Amino acid sequence: MYRLGIDVGGTNTDAVIIDENLKVVAQTKTPTTEDVYGGIVGVLAKVLECSGIDRTQIRQAMLGTTQCTNAIVERKNLARIGVMRIGAPATLGILPMVDWAEDLKAVAEEIEVIGGGFEYDGKAIASLDEEAARSFFQRCKAKGLKSIAISGVFSTVRDDNEQEAARICREVMGDDVHISVSSKIGSMGLIERENATILNAALYKVARSFTESFAKSLAEQGVTNAAVYFSQNDGTLMNEDYARKYPILTIACGPTNSIRGASYLSRLSDAVVIDIGGTTTDIGILQNGFPRESSVAVTVGGVRTNFRMPDIISIGLGGGSIVREKDGNVTVGPDSVGYRITEKALVFGGDTLTATDIAVRLGYADIGDPSKAAHIDEALANKAMTRIVEMVEENVDAMKVSSEDVDVVLTGGGSILLSGRLAGARQLLKPENFAVANAIGSAISKVSGTYEKLVSYDATPREQALENAKREAIEMAVRSGAKAETVEIIDVEDVPLAYHPGNTCRVKIKAAGELA
Amino acid sequence: MRIIGIKELEDIALGAALLGAGGGGDPYIGKLMAIGAIRECGPVTLLDPDEVPDGELIVPIAMMGAPTVLSEKGIGGNEYKQLYDMVSQFYGRKIFAFMPMEAGGVNSMLPFVAAARLGLPLVDVDGMGRAFPELQMVTFTMGGVSATPMALTDEKGNSAIFKTITNKWAEDFARAVTMSCGGSVSVSLYCMDGSVMKKYGVRNIVTRSEMLGRAIREVKLGAGTPEENFLKASEGFKLFRGKITDVLREVRGAFNFGKVVLEGISEYKGKTSYVEFQNENLVAAVDGEILATTPDLICLVDTETFIPVPTDALKYGKRVMIVGLKCYEAWRSPAGLELVGPRYFGCDTDYIPVEIRSKGGEA
Repeated sequence: MYRLGIDVGGTNTDAVIIDENLKVVAQTKTPTTEDVYGGIVGVLAKVLECSGIDRTQIRQAMLGTTQCTNAIVERKNLARIGVMRIGAPATLGILPMVDWAEDLKAVAEEIEVIGGGFEYDGKAIASLDEEAARSFFQRCKAKGLKSIAISGVFSTVRDDNEQEAARICREVMGDDVHISVSSKIGSMGLIERENATILNAALYKVARSFTESFAKSLAEQGVTNAAVYFSQNDGTLMNEDYARKYPILTIACGPTNSIRGASYLSRLSDAVVIDIGGTTTDIGILQNGFPRESSVAVTVGGVRTNFRMPDIISIGLGGGSIVREKDGNVTVGPDSVGYRITEKALVFGGDTLTATDIAVRLGYADIGDPSKAAHIDEALANKAMTRIVEMVEENVDAMKVSSEDVDVVLTGGGSILLSGRLAGARQLLKPENFAVANAIGSAISKVSGTYEKLVSYDATPREQALENAKREAIEMAVRSGAKAETVEIIDVEDVPLAYHPGNTCRVKIKAAGELA
Repeated sequence: MRIIGIKELEDIALGAALLGAGGGGDPYIGKLMAIGAIRECGPVTLLDPDEVPDGELIVPIAMMGAPTVLSEKGIGGNEYKQLYDMVSQFYGRKIFAFMPMEAGGVNSMLPFVAAARLGLPLVDVDGMGRAFPELQMVTFTMGGVSATPMALTDEKGNSAIFKTITNKWAEDFARAVTMSCGGSVSVSLYCMDGSVMKKYGVRNIVTRSEMLGRAIREVKLGAGTPEENFLKASEGFKLFRGKITDVLREVRGAFNFGKVVLEGISEYKGKTSYVEFQNENLVAAVDGEILATTPDLICLVDTETFIPVPTDALKYGKRVMIVGLKCYEAWRSPAGLELVGPRYFGCDTDYIPVEIRSKGGEA
């Protein structure tokens, strides 16, 4: 039995095959092509050939892809949709998509705010205006729309209105309509949740395309016994059905997969992960085996949303970073020769002094022709290296949660720049197969459930409330396909809310487990 | 007199987040409402306080309640017409202009919604020069202005007008109504004549917000480093740069109490700092020595973008700079300190201005 993991990134498409002990059997890296489907077929054929395994023994196939981000950023293949909000008379002061760019806003052909929605305590603001809902869906149907975004006020507290509206929508528009409901996508904060829901609805064709092409390429390559999964940005998986419903949850799954892959390769569940590429270094935090989430609102294609992303800092340091000396000061980056390193760097016969040349000069790496770096002044090389180490150390320190030393995992092709010790690092690990950590991350993903509600600790004592919430989250993970005995709580958050009576907190619990 | 359009609003909202001193709620949602209102009804005329005749009625606009609730329910849009009608009926007079009560946080934006929707001008003045958590914490209290008659309305159309014997009673009533209405209401209080507004209000605060917002937006464009540019434009005192290592939170009464602990980075390496807050930041200390207290503004900003970080977004590992800004001069008087000084908030320390404390001096 084997698992296949593919990660389609901006630069490279990577693939790995791992066995039932999660050991890497084969790995490949190819440049991402304009035609993503062709790229997937290519990398798949290559990794299968390289592994030499019986293809029918692949039981799970996972794909992590950037296609949704690209579609939004490039405004490509987005569907025309209907946007419904349930909440009048509340929220009428902010109509949907107020601050969207005009070209992206054009996806919404019908927009309406209808009566309904809830207060924070679950009391109805108004009863759901079913008649308005019905007539809205009839208009959408007449326009030939196939995808609808439905958001309700405080639907994270009570989703009844959203569910009822979805039912009416199917009744009017037929069972093949795509319905995105906000309570399944975002968290507290109507506008950001609604924005994410609208983007999700507009992505249904993109989702159809990447799910179908992955299934098709697997079938073509004789991988006929595999359950198909897609990576989400929280390090967990969704099945094809779910990916078609919630394509937006794939956004930023790439860095997440890298961090998860680093976790697996290093056998660590808490560490700092440093991924050094050609131009940038991404530093993320591995917490309980998952990436730490960013605490700021996330902007996708200029639209503010509130689904969570991994907390990553990017600095302008990579193998191709340009090294300069001025008045005795040595700088490294932020500009880089990028993918042209193999023609520009000194060790490849080029004319530009890069970070890679420094590493070669100091004997950290044996790349290209080391004799072409031999003339670099040693004092200059040492200064440049000191600067590189400082840049990394400072940012690692800034990402840490305490002054204690932490384990550090290095991945990415540029990790040759670091050797030996880093201040603040207990140990510096450079695991095998580090170059395809992202595809491995995709292959070993877990399934999860997230529970979020406002809870009054006066009505339910904190301990008991958290216990209930944890149980709910675990059940959600199991419903999504996790083996019950492997499910663990991976995140607990409770934030008190001012002005609420009864010591009300926003409780958010996330649980994840191994695929059943 | 000048015209405020969408571009100016963006900067005002960003500046207002800084003047929120950690509280006041995220101006983002307020900004969306203001953008929507200006698109629908046209830009807002901003008046200098001196352009307001002494005898005309000026009405402050604010929302009360939990920012979280506002971020779900927003406003209906008819609240300000409702408030206008209630207040003008009560006084039997027309309202000449609206004004913000609180220049920090989300309340900086809602008066623009009201002004745009009703076609009234807005006065470049407020009652705090920042954000504070309680409704009596306005400069007008020092002038003996009554908070009531106070008009409240929710997005569903429920409304009430109160006349109370003290401003404290007004606060109590307002909170009770806010809870019954689902956690947020629109409110008009401290309605006053132009002469009173001119005498006690914090002048040109909207313009200051706009300047601060522009400075943050253009922080990388100035002559110095981004940090130098930020400190120069904000006239701020750099107190600390660090990474958040712990956030303690507790709800007491209607407020978010808490303390954030930071560990120094770069030039502050090896030092520790803490900031205590009650909705807004109250006290900042480095290595146990207090460097700033309320009513001076204690602001946490991102070390890279200088975008303000509100207390509810404080999280482990976040990297921030702590800056102190001088408060409005009148808050430093004995009457001002009685209302909003450190001892009112239960901090057992005297008020010493930030420009002295941050240099390690005593009063």
